Amino acid sequence: MYKYDQFDQSIVDTRVEEFRDQVQRRLAGEISEDQFKPLRLMNGLYLQLHAYMLRVAIPYGTLNSRQMRMLAHIARKYDRDYGHFTTRQNIQYNWIKLEDAPDILADLASVEMHAIQTSGNCIRNTTSDQFAGAAADEVTDPRPWAELLRQWSTFHPEFSYLPRKFKVAVTAAEEDRAAIRLHDIGLQLYHNDAGELGFRVYVGGGMGRTPMVAPVIREFLPTRDFMSYMEACLRVYNRYGRRDNIYKARIKILVHELGAEEYARQVEEEWAHVKTLGIDPPDGEFERIAAYFAPPPFETGLSDDVPTDDPDFALWLDQNVKAHKQPGYAIVNISLKPVGGIPGDASSAQIDLMADLAERYSFDELRVTHAQNIVLPHVRKADLHEIWQKLDEAGLASANLDLISDIIACPGLDYCSLANARSIPIAQKIAQRFAGLDRQRDLGELKLKISGCINACGHHHAGHIGILGVDRKGTENYQLLLGGSGAEDASLGRITGPGFDEDGIVDAVERTVEKYRELRTDGERFLDTYRRVGFDPFKEAIYG
Amino acid sequence: MADDLLRFRDDAPHEEPAVTLDAFLGQSNATAVRLESDEDARKLIPQLGQLALIEIAFPKFRDGRGYSAARILREAGYKGELRAAGDVLVDQIPFMRRCGFDSFAPEASIDPAALERALGRYEHVYQKAADGRSPVWALRHG
Repeated sequence: MYKYDQFDQSIVDTRVEEFRDQVQRRLAGEISEDQFKPLRLMNGLYLQLHAYMLRVAIPYGTLNSRQMRMLAHIARKYDRDYGHFTTRQNIQYNWIKLEDAPDILADLASVEMHAIQTSGNCIRNTTSDQFAGAAADEVTDPRPWAELLRQWSTFHPEFSYLPRKFKVAVTAAEEDRAAIRLHDIGLQLYHNDAGELGFRVYVGGGMGRTPMVAPVIREFLPTRDFMSYMEACLRVYNRYGRRDNIYKARIKILVHELGAEEYARQVEEEWAHVKTLGIDPPDGEFERIAAYFAPPPFETGLSDDVPTDDPDFALWLDQNVKAHKQPGYAIVNISLKPVGGIPGDASSAQIDLMADLAERYSFDELRVTHAQNIVLPHVRKADLHEIWQKLDEAGLASANLDLISDIIACPGLDYCSLANARSIPIAQKIAQRFAGLDRQRDLGELKLKISGCINACGHHHAGHIGILGVDRKGTENYQLLLGGSGAEDASLGRITGPGFDEDGIVDAVERTVEKYRELRTDGERFLDTYRRVGFDPFKEAIYG
Repeated sequence: MADDLLRFRDDAPHEEPAVTLDAFLGQSNATAVRLESDEDARKLIPQLGQLALIEIAFPKFRDGRGYSAARILREAGYKGELRAAGDVLVDQIPFMRRCGFDSFAPEASIDPAALERALGRYEHVYQKAADGRSPVWALRHG
């Protein structure tokens, strides 16, 4: 894992003092809320329906046990004893007092964490593959590149007042676990035919009210040109992205209106100039960062056998544990989606327990996933049963990874000032309807995603089944979408037709999956069947 | 407004009024020009040598186009006064300095003590920009 040096620490500590000064000026009435808003937003502090919400960055979703314990401490001391892990691999606290925010940032800085640029019209926290460094299918660990991006984008003087927010994701595997084509910039590391490492660069993806799957704008970018090329991509956007209409201000609209080819041409032209400015760090800087991500000291000669006498353990093992590249090791997924719970929420005690498990069993590492779950990336197979028992005692052993109850949901109208409808109760009702694990496992991989407004924080466009909450004449109404995917086969879901009320949407989901059971062939996931048979049979099943 | 002009240059303030970009491109002898936020700074590059003052408008502090315009002009070798004018606030000035602005004409007056704190605050920066500061990657690798 990356460790701050004196420079990183100095920058983050200075940020705490700067924000303390800004909060004091705001509390003293020296600056208006309008002037304070962009300042607090660049520190991840939102004013929500009931209180301030603080979003803390977890760069590329990686953290150690000390950091995880600090997240529990903050929940306990400054919030209501829980935190909410988000689709951007961050954590949010929903009940924060403005006057506490500087102290929270100081606590975070003491464990090399911050809330810098977790909101605002700037480059946001870079996300990545939650299995980085552990996945069998990766060509390299993408996180050193994500850390380079973190540093380059932090307080970037030219790109802190962009037309709109800007999200970058980096992966290095064929399987896309970070939804890169639904980001403003998506980067896939791979080796070209000459064996050189570089990036395939996607620009202009996103969800929100105008969802788009990003086109490739450069097939191969050599890694040595990484920063200057990013700078060129951002400069073209900063200069020409639309500022007349907030709903058309994301880079996807610019790329769409110019066309991917013309945007790419402008970037190449800008880059030809920018790369002469000496802004690419030397190779030594990448190597310095990469050294922190060296594989942990895995034991060799371990057995791959895991005794599965306990049937509940066997189910969890089958569903939540994934293959590791190192023999004798496995990747453990901890589901934060118990039936009836709030997707992504964890109590302070649960956060502490996960920290303990990471320290004891996973080389002190944890990951947050964009599906709002937690990962112990490097676990000995021999320890799996013990880990499962401890998770089970803490209510963290739901064996539902990637099943219908492993729902992504935004906070919705229960918390969010932008929402039109509640998301959490819909997630809870669907999870309860499909509570039986046998039924869920029979349905297989099924990614269900719920947003409480068209901003799509709950990724409904990318759900195999998506649900969008809208306001229809003062009542909550839920639209159903089918066929989306945030993976390497990225696609956008299609709205089935008229929306439903709260109970009606649960019935509609059930009719959808029953139709799938009727139509599927052996081994076909819901998404495969949908793509094979098309929209109409489902529409007919749903609306009759 | 002139009373509130903040300058980080040793030379005397330029006295000539700034002309619009269209006016500048249409006449060859102006020495001061004002760029609106949607105007292309690169159009000035052929005639940078004759300019002593370029003023870049910030109609709203959220409109960040001027940051790119400033860097483009400095990257093209412009050495004259580069002024940010309009909705220029104390918390934005450190970024503006990094992008090459060396003079500021804010609409609302700025508390000098707060500005001094803001400008002196960060000892280190992560990026190479237009202000000549060494990014931390350069300090790390001497």
